[in-house]
Amino acid sequence: MIWNPNKECMSRDERSALQGKRLHKIVEYVYHNVPFYRNKLQEMDIRPDDIQTIEDIQKLPFTTKKDLRDNYPFGLQAAPQSEIIRIHASSGTTGNPTIVGYTRKDIGVWSECMARCLTAYGVTRDDIFSVAYGYGLFTGGLGAHYGVEHIGASVIPAGTGNTEKHLKLIRDLGITGLACTPSYALYLAETMDKLGIRKEDLKLRVGAFGAEPWTESMRQEIEARLGLKGFNIYGLSEVMGPSVSYECQMQNGSHICEDHFYPEIINPVTLEPLPAGQTGELVFTTLTKEGMPVLRYRTRDLCSLLPGTCDCGRTEVRMGRIQGRSDDMLIIRGINVFPSQVESVVLSMPEFAPHYLLVVDRVNNLDTLQVQVELRQEVFTSTFDTPAAVDELEKRLAAKLKSVLSIAAKVQLKAPGTIERSQGKSAHVVDKRKL
Amino acid sequence: MTIPQLSIFIENRSGTLIKVLDALKEANIQIVASTIADTAEYGIYRLICSEPMRACEELKKANVAVALSDVFAIEIDDQPGRAAEAVKLFSEAGISITYMYSFLLRGKGVLIFRTDDGEKAAKVIKDNNLKSIDGAALALWA
Amino acid sequence: MYSNYFNLEVETLSRSEIEALQLERLQKTVHHCMNNEFYRKKFAETGITPDDIKTLADVRKLPFTTKQDLRETYPFGMCCVPMKDCVRLHSSSGTTGNPTVILHTKKDLDEWANQVARNLWMVGLRPDDVFQNSSGYGMFTGGLGFQYGAEKLGMLTIPAAAGNSLRQIKFIKDFGTTAIHAIPSYVTRLYEVMKEEGVDPRRDTKLKVLAIGAEPHSEEQRKRIEEMMGVKAYNSFGMSEMCGPGVGFECPEQNGMHFWEDYYIVEIVDPETLEPVPDGEIGELVLTTLCREAMPLLRYRTRDLTRILGRTCPCGRNHIRIDRMRGRSDDMIVLRGVNIFPIQIEKILMKFPEVGTNYLITLTTEDNNDQMTVEVEVNEGTDDFAKLKALSEELRHQLGDEILLKPRVRLVSKGSLPVSEGKAVRVVDKRKVYQ
Repeated sequence: MIWNPNKECMSRDERSALQGKRLHKIVEYVYHNVPFYRNKLQEMDIRPDDIQTIEDIQKLPFTTKKDLRDNYPFGLQAAPQSEIIRIHASSGTTGNPTIVGYTRKDIGVWSECMARCLTAYGVTRDDIFSVAYGYGLFTGGLGAHYGVEHIGASVIPAGTGNTEKHLKLIRDLGITGLACTPSYALYLAETMDKLGIRKEDLKLRVGAFGAEPWTESMRQEIEARLGLKGFNIYGLSEVMGPSVSYECQMQNGSHICEDHFYPEIINPVTLEPLPAGQTGELVFTTLTKEGMPVLRYRTRDLCSLLPGTCDCGRTEVRMGRIQGRSDDMLIIRGINVFPSQVESVVLSMPEFAPHYLLVVDRVNNLDTLQVQVELRQEVFTSTFDTPAAVDELEKRLAAKLKSVLSIAAKVQLKAPGTIERSQGKSAHVVDKRKL
Repeated sequence: MTIPQLSIFIENRSGTLIKVLDALKEANIQIVASTIADTAEYGIYRLICSEPMRACEELKKANVAVALSDVFAIEIDDQPGRAAEAVKLFSEAGISITYMYSFLLRGKGVLIFRTDDGEKAAKVIKDNNLKSIDGAALALWA
Repeated sequence: MYSNYFNLEVETLSRSEIEALQLERLQKTVHHCMNNEFYRKKFAETGITPDDIKTLADVRKLPFTTKQDLRETYPFGMCCVPMKDCVRLHSSSGTTGNPTVILHTKKDLDEWANQVARNLWMVGLRPDDVFQNSSGYGMFTGGLGFQYGAEKLGMLTIPAAAGNSLRQIKFIKDFGTTAIHAIPSYVTRLYEVMKEEGVDPRRDTKLKVLAIGAEPHSEEQRKRIEEMMGVKAYNSFGMSEMCGPGVGFECPEQNGMHFWEDYYIVEIVDPETLEPVPDGEIGELVLTTLCREAMPLLRYRTRDLTRILGRTCPCGRNHIRIDRMRGRSDDMIVLRGVNIFPIQIEKILMKFPEVGTNYLITLTTEDNNDQMTVEVEVNEGTDDFAKLKALSEELRHQLGDEILLKPRVRLVSKGSLPVSEGKAVRVVDKRKVYQ
């Protein structure tokens, strides 16, 4: 099934024409409404009328996460505040989070893209669909939620955690669809084994898995243990949220909602565009967004655009699996974490020396983050004999980390001089997961 | 090679320790050595005593959460440096000592300790001819 | 210029017009219930037919429904429309025993959002306001309920979700938040953190309205909150069985909550005799839904104790005014907006042979944060601290899964808690929430 054949199956030429038209419009729109872009375009001596076809996109400047941060909170917002009805936020590298405002129309487009995605998975209004992504500022929960409601299926806003109850609902309500991170899907399978629930007891048939990188072998394991067909879903809040791209029944790459999000692959060093099939950094331009459009946003995700057409009938270009990052961002339980965020917390607390280590692991299919921090000598001397004081300090650090990272980290306080001194950024991270 | 030790859960609240000691007094049990390790909310009270089996039963009767466990006990000379020499043997064998306490009895030093690898530790004691104390010997002393 | 009323016509109906509308909708609802086996049986047992409802007073001929009915008909036994028309499901906490399941059609969701929008409009919020929803999302209805309502009104809505006070305050300042919805104890907590951070809500924020609810609180507490934050705080009532938040809300007069009588019939009954009590006397709140499609509820016993304050109001709304909640007619605990029954805690503890069956739940307010501490007796001695730590962690985790918030767990000595026989005191509430 195809939700919107007019858009999803239009000929390449027709789509290019539409993209060119929309690109011109969006450039004109940001030129008049976002001083940041106007200045940038003027510096480069580009006027909106110079952008007429989609190929002209290469004349445009790139946008980075740093730009979003520097213009926090509303500097890149194009629509007036009264038109914005929703805000989502993702973590920034330090300090300010990345803020994205949505107009009512944006929420509509997003629901449309989610509907395309769910329909490609074979979901219909007869399905009962559980959304087990985090709700709130994170786009995963509400994004999937609105899409499920849009196609008229029943949505269960399960959120994260409470796994046993969630399983009970999956079984008792005959839930047929599940949206969550792939590692959480495996954790569900573990819990099923623990509770003696067999996949035959469940009616699950479709899974929408994303928000973190996963492998083909994880897919096979999830499908075998949950008895469903698992599909990839991709998105990022800076561009929209989940459903920027999604797999179809062919499961050979994820179709990008190209009439809304125009993809490019570039060399992350030279910033030159790469031909189809080559792996590089994925870049998106939003073609229809009102709240916060972005021009050539550098996602930092490394992947390729697949050449050729897909047998499902959709003509939208497909992206391959994400193969890595061009920065030091970690994805832990679907949440983006930068080592620099941890550093900012450590530096803000006078009890600690500026030495820390992030240890990321996967235990029972759930990502874990441990943060080791060194105590300053005088603090160590005055607290180590008093368990209550150590306890209090651990709790305070954990609370601050949670507040900045949006996920809980296990804290381990270390004696002075016991964390290996690091050279360079990546030395602050030990990632034991095999992805 | 090992001796029985009582491990007792005690809440950080006045009155909990005396309840344990009173019960031991009633039962006429003699304490040879003891130590309390604490966390923010509760502690474990570890003790070596005469008639540990009976002591354990009496404590259970007094509604105390108690466990019997075996710990190593070795005898060393009452001289500076002996403890260091003994512990070094375990350290060199890659064994970590979880906790330790010591006392003097009849002019001899006694080290009580638990390790993260009991089998390996027993081998170290045997190979190095360390003088270990067993429950029977301790009962005689006490 | 905006009107003073979100739904001018229906909000300003006269008493006789309201009652006429209620009768018409009651008759429709009762007929609609006949689509459902559970109601058909219940009607047959009591020997009445939908045609017996000739006047509004005839509502008393109808059988009561209870939480027990919802549990026994779990999951879909009280649904009155085909499943394919349902688009949302919310469920109460708990895996011990059956949770309760509430279903919604698209129209139900829209009517729900309308009630919330009506409430927020009533206290002066307009589309150019910025609404920060600091309530839990997912299965808890406070999040999605206010999200949809505030978006319907047209405000910029921030799904900040619960917790993470530093980020909440950052958002309040950076986004120019003018209204917050949160449970009252969390507002107090926010204020404490503001003070620590040197933020003065009067000087440094644009706040003008607080919506507080989902947790019992006294008039004194409300006054203190208003004093601290320098803005009006309006009391909100809702329950997932009805839809969620939106059922009742204070108007600027702050003299009782208007319960929307075009959506509900309100009765106050003696919880023992189930006979109506006169206006002004405290009894149990009983609600009948008038517009629900998926799961209409007839004479639902809320177990909340309150009283009728009046049926007219200087604000021009003649919808019934209900006092703040004065207590419960069962042993349910409301903590940080979450409903908890002691039996849930008991059932989890039974799974752990290491602890006894005696337990004590203590509710306290510390640093303006409501806390639950569960004390349990350690049954078996151990030589291993790690085991004790793992035990209290596992208890905390499993209790958290069951009751949706993680309590503190304190391991205490054997014999120090009241024994489990008879009517032992299991709950000590030191919060003074009911007047």
